[in-house]
Amino acid sequence: MATRIGVEVSIALADAVAMANPDVVAAYPITPQTHIVEHLAELVANGELDAEYIPVESEHSAMSACLGSAATGARTFTATASQGLALMNEVVYVAAPMRLPIVMAVANRALSAPLSIWCDHSDMMSVRDTGWIQIIAENGQEAVDNIICAFRIAEDRNVLLPVMLHLDGFNLTHVIEPIMLPEKSFVDKFLPSNKYPLPLNPDRPVAMGDFAPPVIFTEAKWAHDMALKSSLKTIKAIWDEYGKAVGRHYSGVEKYHSDGAKTILATMGSMGETASVAVDELRAEGHDVGQVRIRLWRPFPFEELIEAVEDADVLVVLDRSISFGGPGGPVASEVKSALYNLEKRPRVVGFVGGLGGRDITVSGFKDMVMKGIEIARTGSGNRYEIYGVRE
Amino acid sequence: MEKYGVYVPKLIKPKNNFAPGHRACTGCGEALAMRMAFKALGNNVIVANATGCMEIVASQLPQTSWHLPWIHTLFENTAAVASGIESGYKAMKRKGVAVPENTKVVAVGGDGGTLDIGLQALSGAMERGHDFTYICFDNEAYMNTGIQRSSATPFGAVTTTSPAGKKSFGQFAWKKNMPAIAVAHNIPYVATATHSHPFDLMEKVKRAVDTPGPAYVHILSVCPTGWRSATNTVIKQARMAVETGMFPLYEVIDGRYRMSLDLPKLKPVREYLKMQGRFRHLSDDIIAQIQARVELEYQKLLEKAKDGRKAVRRKSYPGIAETPVR
Repeated sequence: MATRIGVEVSIALADAVAMANPDVVAAYPITPQTHIVEHLAELVANGELDAEYIPVESEHSAMSACLGSAATGARTFTATASQGLALMNEVVYVAAPMRLPIVMAVANRALSAPLSIWCDHSDMMSVRDTGWIQIIAENGQEAVDNIICAFRIAEDRNVLLPVMLHLDGFNLTHVIEPIMLPEKSFVDKFLPSNKYPLPLNPDRPVAMGDFAPPVIFTEAKWAHDMALKSSLKTIKAIWDEYGKAVGRHYSGVEKYHSDGAKTILATMGSMGETASVAVDELRAEGHDVGQVRIRLWRPFPFEELIEAVEDADVLVVLDRSISFGGPGGPVASEVKSALYNLEKRPRVVGFVGGLGGRDITVSGFKDMVMKGIEIARTGSGNRYEIYGVRE
Repeated sequence: MEKYGVYVPKLIKPKNNFAPGHRACTGCGEALAMRMAFKALGNNVIVANATGCMEIVASQLPQTSWHLPWIHTLFENTAAVASGIESGYKAMKRKGVAVPENTKVVAVGGDGGTLDIGLQALSGAMERGHDFTYICFDNEAYMNTGIQRSSATPFGAVTTTSPAGKKSFGQFAWKKNMPAIAVAHNIPYVATATHSHPFDLMEKVKRAVDTPGPAYVHILSVCPTGWRSATNTVIKQARMAVETGMFPLYEVIDGRYRMSLDLPKLKPVREYLKMQGRFRHLSDDIIAQIQARVELEYQKLLEKAKDGRKAVRRKSYPGIAETPVR
């Protein structure tokens, strides 16, 4: 039986990756991802993980090596953050349409400038349209469980897409949490060996990455979009199977007192737990408030989200990144577009906060919700507000 | 080359793994060199191809010219992709996954993808010691995008981004010495080759692939389109590049230089330059500068090769059966 141990989330995540028995790990160090790859290097050095650890000279080469490795049918892992993800952006775009089942952990961190090593979601939003599956964890346990699910999802014959697991830098990566690591015997059973259908193999030559003339390009993009959208079904099925076995259940959108609530607070990532405490307090004070936490960012769980929030009057959305000169935060935009065609829909109020590691406290969330209700009631105010600006 | 005699071509397998039907320009020296290189390497090869002429002419969905497992991803990352392929095979083999034995990984790129934008990835892959071969097909400019200068473009050559004009004689910098950069990584095998010397080219490529660890082969590939030269002189141009000392043929085995040809006297560079429109504007003064520089570099090379005559030779090169061992 798996036991609960107090461990740094990065270490637990790396241990979970090792349980998945990857063949190749190619990584370049960047704060706050470092503890993950350091621990993997250590496991390889000690013979506890039989894998090739490629200490590449940049993140661009990290993802490039992952392309090559995954194309041979080897189980492939990397991890990065922020500037690293930005540098590998070009290669990240290649992985998904080439249907290479790479798993990558992203320790969410703000993008420069000004330089910041602390958490926000600007890095994960920069790769939103690369066609990867993007899962974001709220706590260390979710990160550990989902990294194991990520390999299974990526390599599933009905998916064959790369998966990014996002965990908030420092807020998750560097905290010690009580975590249950699944049993190795369970992981071995849950995660069969990688059976990539058409690997690079001299016995059966394939050409990968041919260029597409206009007559084929649109169809290639259509096929990619279909693959990503239809992966939703498999992701849910794999989460269900995992949940039944280990007792921890995951879904694209998690509901917290949201059924029937007049006001709902939507969060993504590690701030969700603080927000939940705020929701508890508001409810104790007599406010009809619930919460939804978005766990699956791509493919976006439209149906689940609509089902969870359509009966509310006000939906307050917190974004940890901003689309400059645009409609505000990308999560709020996405939520608005999900609801736009409904006859009756909640009024969406967007806040941008928690940028570059700025904390939002329980009272901050309570303040935000009350403010959101007020904005919705009076119909006044800007399209969005950057929360907590010191003027 | 003389020592092979007339019977050697008959020993080379007729099968081309880089097949005809591609879209290269008439008289393309690069396609010719590519065909020779992969004729020499046989079937047990995985190719990682950088973006560039050879990628574009040989792959268009849903067709391919390749009879080998082949992957193209991006322009500057080919050596890193090759690292991943090599590592994937290494790990799977060690862990008992059924993969073909002795599979060789060959990365190919042009001069831009190698000397300029891909240099970092290549340096990293050579430094880490992956067992792979990198072949640079050097046509001395960004030909795929329309003849822009690269760091491999020779001094004085006209390209679309190093045009000659009232205040310019064309390319202002000397060609980057990429083989020397490869040698500086202390890799076991580095060689230069060109398609006017096909058996030498094939032998070197084969030897590179058979060398455990990283190997680098730099192949001068005449581009009549970009060099503004006649398509029926492509072979002759490459030969002149060798015989004038513009592009000397040599190997560096375990750090020891060894000249591939004994050239008692270099031909004047003018003989090479006059065959190509890209040098047509050059004044006698600039040609004299080039002549002096080529002689200097060639002397430096001979100096390095002085002790290399006894460089350790590897014995058999199965792709070219019964090749006489010198």
